[in-house]
Amino acid sequence: MTINVRFFASLRERIGHATMIVEADGITTARDVWKAVSGESPDEEMLVAINKEYAGLDRAVSDGDEVAFFPPVTGG
Amino acid sequence: MTVEIHEHPFDPWQTLSAYRSKNLVAGKSGASAVFVGTMRDFNEGDEVQAMVLEHYPGMTEQQLKDMRAQAISRHDLEDALVVHRVGVVHPGEDIVLVAAFSAHRKAALDACREMMEILKSTAPFWKKETLAQSERWVERNTPG
Repeated sequence: MTINVRFFASLRERIGHATMIVEADGITTARDVWKAVSGESPDEEMLVAINKEYAGLDRAVSDGDEVAFFPPVTGG
Repeated sequence: MTVEIHEHPFDPWQTLSAYRSKNLVAGKSGASAVFVGTMRDFNEGDEVQAMVLEHYPGMTEQQLKDMRAQAISRHDLEDALVVHRVGVVHPGEDIVLVAAFSAHRKAALDACREMMEILKSTAPFWKKETLAQSERWVERNTPG
């Protein structure tokens, strides 16, 4: 399983990377991806997108997916 | 292009005028509702010198296109336009333009307000402010 991971805004700075590639077995959900890249429990407010669409942390991920993690949005 | 992301300053009034001339059929829209959001030089009691607007390329455009299409459908609009800045923005520069065009005023006004609220709560943009001595991320938008 290969997942392309992206981070934005304050989360990108906290993780220290804009992108990461996770190659691991045993990853089935976005929550698993977050644990693999951060080693932390997810913030309550953190938002997740899979292939550029909003998703819940427990949404299943597939090989080759782009999974993004970011803080609440502040545009406009 | 009915959803645009600009990396450089834009004039919302020129954009609006050009869009109307090019895309709207004369006589169809009796109402145009427009919102323009402009950068302030203050926030949470501090002077703000500049800010960086970051976004998620690809997802941003898709979110805004979906939002626009849903607003047109839900409110039976003639047309709608969404423009948003990214990159380094200074006080006084415009950040966002949302316009809704409809036969009557209620649909245009309701759709304009609704699109702004959806944009603010779902479009993947983030603001980082430059203060006199430091920088900080805007953690959440103020209620409308």
